[in-house]
Amino acid sequence: MESIIDTAKLELTKKDFESDQMVKWCPGCGDHAILKSVENVFPELGIAKEDFVVVSGIGCSSRFPYYMNTYGIHGIHGRAAALATGIKIANPKLSVWMITGDGDSMAIGGNHFIHVARRNPDINILLFNNKIYGLTKGQYSPTTPKGSKTKTSPQGSFEQPFNPGELVMGARGKFFARVVDTNIKMMTQVFSEAAKHKGASIVEILANCVIFNNKIHGLITSRETKVDNQLFLEAGKPMRFGKDNEKGIILNGSHLEVVTIGENGITEDDLLVHNPEREDSGIHIMLANMMPPEFPAALGVIRSVAAPTVEELIWDSIEHEKEVSPYKCVDDLLNSGSTWSVD
Amino acid sequence: MTEVKNKIIELKNAVIRFAGDSGDGMQLTGNLFSDSTAFAGNDFATFPDYPAEIRAPQGTVAGVSGFQIHFGSNDIHTSGDLADVLVAMNPASLKANMNWITKDAIIIVDDDAFTEKNITKAGYEDNPLSDGSLNGHLVVNGPIATLTKNAVSELDIDNKSAQKSKNMFALGMIFYMFNRDFTKTFSFFENKFKSKPLVVEANKLVLKAGYHYADTIEAFVNTYKIDPAPLNKGTYRNVTGNLATSWGLLAAAERSGLKLFIGSYPITPATEILQELAKHKQFSAISLQAEDEIAGIVSTLGASFAGALPVTSTSGPGLSLKSEALGLAVMTELPLVVVDVQRGGPSTGLPTKSEQSDLYQALFGRNGEAPLIVLAASSPSDCFYSAFEAVKLSVEHMTPVILLTDGSLANGSEVFKIPKVSDLPKIYPPIVKENDPHFQSYKRDEKKLSRPWAIPGTKGLRHRIGGLEKENITGNVSHSPENHQLMSKLREEKVERVSNFIVNQDIIGNPDADTLVVSWGGTHGVMLTAVEQLLDEGHSIALAHFKHIKPLPKNAGEIFSRYEKILVCEINLGQFVNYLRMRLPQFIYKQYNKIQGLPFTVAELKKEFIALLNE
Repeated sequence: MESIIDTAKLELTKKDFESDQMVKWCPGCGDHAILKSVENVFPELGIAKEDFVVVSGIGCSSRFPYYMNTYGIHGIHGRAAALATGIKIANPKLSVWMITGDGDSMAIGGNHFIHVARRNPDINILLFNNKIYGLTKGQYSPTTPKGSKTKTSPQGSFEQPFNPGELVMGARGKFFARVVDTNIKMMTQVFSEAAKHKGASIVEILANCVIFNNKIHGLITSRETKVDNQLFLEAGKPMRFGKDNEKGIILNGSHLEVVTIGENGITEDDLLVHNPEREDSGIHIMLANMMPPEFPAALGVIRSVAAPTVEELIWDSIEHEKEVSPYKCVDDLLNSGSTWSVD
Repeated sequence: MTEVKNKIIELKNAVIRFAGDSGDGMQLTGNLFSDSTAFAGNDFATFPDYPAEIRAPQGTVAGVSGFQIHFGSNDIHTSGDLADVLVAMNPASLKANMNWITKDAIIIVDDDAFTEKNITKAGYEDNPLSDGSLNGHLVVNGPIATLTKNAVSELDIDNKSAQKSKNMFALGMIFYMFNRDFTKTFSFFENKFKSKPLVVEANKLVLKAGYHYADTIEAFVNTYKIDPAPLNKGTYRNVTGNLATSWGLLAAAERSGLKLFIGSYPITPATEILQELAKHKQFSAISLQAEDEIAGIVSTLGASFAGALPVTSTSGPGLSLKSEALGLAVMTELPLVVVDVQRGGPSTGLPTKSEQSDLYQALFGRNGEAPLIVLAASSPSDCFYSAFEAVKLSVEHMTPVILLTDGSLANGSEVFKIPKVSDLPKIYPPIVKENDPHFQSYKRDEKKLSRPWAIPGTKGLRHRIGGLEKENITGNVSHSPENHQLMSKLREEKVERVSNFIVNQDIIGNPDADTLVVSWGGTHGVMLTAVEQLLDEGHSIALAHFKHIKPLPKNAGEIFSRYEKILVCEINLGQFVNYLRMRLPQFIYKQYNKIQGLPFTVAELKKEFIALLNE
């Protein structure tokens, strides 16, 4: 199959992807920074501008396609994964980007979300997780923490939330990464990793809704606390974090634990070394589940395992059938089997 | 009209019903008889009647599987009202079918299966073979199981395997009765059981044994002969509606140069379409078994945006789930063919039975003003042409199309004259060329009002579409009140203008009659037969059978204006008649409806029509 990465220099810039439409997100919304990061990444991928397709469902984040100067389709609530799958299978040459939120993908589109992870088409999924319904003005979502007071949970939510990363891996997804909307450099780097991964690449963006759920990720993103609460994972490197990089993660028996290097005889050699390519998702799930205050939030590429994509398998099968099938055209098929002639 | 000569009676047509336990191989028996019928040159139509359960309890009425064939030397349009011959392999199959045979039908039974236990299981109190309840029928009562065992006694085969061939014994008897040739059936055995020569031999022996048994005991007073039907020159085959639908779609893909994409979810009675298309990757046909009905249609719409020939197949409850996505297809004005194989509803309803009750849903079942094309196939072989036309209209007019078939078309079969794909009309997708300086995503074709199809990956045509209202011409998001009214009217007008691109409605029967009977979709065969018989009997009547529902053919009103009495017949409570009352309110329509999960019979329609004629 033709590679989506064209090595010839295409000389594209951010400008090539900026649309002329007015961006209507609230001032201070995390989505602005995400848009900027995507505009940074697209020109760098070596993909012709007409080969990008941006697909979305419904919600604040799902207005995204209108703000990019690419091919785009703004779908219906929860169904972006199905739209994107159809586009990618029909034309594997396209670079397909799906924009979704926690309501769109975890609630109404939960079914499509787990199946896109399982099916593994080569698409990139940016999941804006602000843990609230923004466009309908402040109802709890499937990622809203239990006990949160929202318009539809005035006594506090009674429901335990999903953790998107855990869901992806439970659905046997091959790629999961997490970023914060406050770090454009991190988003740019990780989106680029997601683009290069062949398969369904799911990136959870901890996004801030300035109106209905302000600072929901504050412990992880605020200037004062972020160094102690962010662990940026890098393949082959020990898991270190903290103001002076003095803390680390070890595997203690069957669970993870935060340690301080130099204390209790701990050295860097004791720390877990990140291996995103490990097929077994056990450690990856534990990493995805780490949350402050007990743990830092794991950021970066948590899991990236090579596997054939569904469109590769389908198109390989088509090529094979073309060679072996006795039917070269529909006339052959119509005249196959039991037929008779009248003269 | 019969003519006796040497005990061979010439018949114009006959109906045979093969019935047995679901494990007795009655579908195969029926299909083999169909093949030999084709070989004999008769026209025919068939219908399988099987239980909703895969293997209902053995020996019970719930577990009876049937297959009916109507064949003749004249044009055959239905699988027949009542059977002239019933093959009943056990008491349950006799019991289940007594209402579906003529008063003087010949009944062939396996005496060995009429044990006390089986008789009780079937719900009989006494043995129906001896209690007089079959008086009036010629009952051919042979120990089929025993005779089957004897027939293969020379072969190294155990009795359990041998008993699998007892349906062939019954088939042999029918072959004798209708003076049939073995050749075709024997070559079928040879192909099907290539690696099992013993099974081939056993089936041949048993079939011949049945034939000779019927001859030796002089089972039938007469034997019968049906002359070849006057079919036009050409090559023929047998097709079910679902097969013809699938092949019509493949032919349309070839004539359009597009790659077919089907995203579907299994649902009775539509599943065979997905299964059939999944077999044909050699034509670059992509099939995706989606996680649900919604993903089926939405992935298909994605494929449509990406330039594929988009198809999704479903049945009533599935169409309900697809409603919102159909609205998106209307708004984005992309091609999309939805095949709805109707079944009894509402809800899960009668999954294996047929109905015409999804018409309202197809016409109106979406939020907003959401017009689309609705077509209805009229026979199993017409499913081929209707599927082809659905694609042509959808692609050329850039609009979703719902093609309504139904369970009886889907599973029923008839003789199909094989067309040459190159004789079918060419399909012209309005695909925009790269860097077209005049491209605007909602700039419309002057005649059709269709928008251009700009496919991702094409240079110079980047644009965004979606479910929000679009500004006329530019395709930008617009909330303008005037624009919304304009766009709503344009979408409606686009679909109505399709009437300039379809054939006029035709009339069968007497053009000067004052009575017109009207039908649509899968009832064509039975309506036509009833009308033809009345015409033969000297009545003055005409039939208008509709395939184009939305838009209606342009001459529909002119046709209705010619008749004093109009009777609209449907397998529902009156959905088409109410649609006509809405669209063409200047006429008075009477209605005849049946909603029992059963097709019309010729007899009941004739009775109804005669009553109307006499009014």
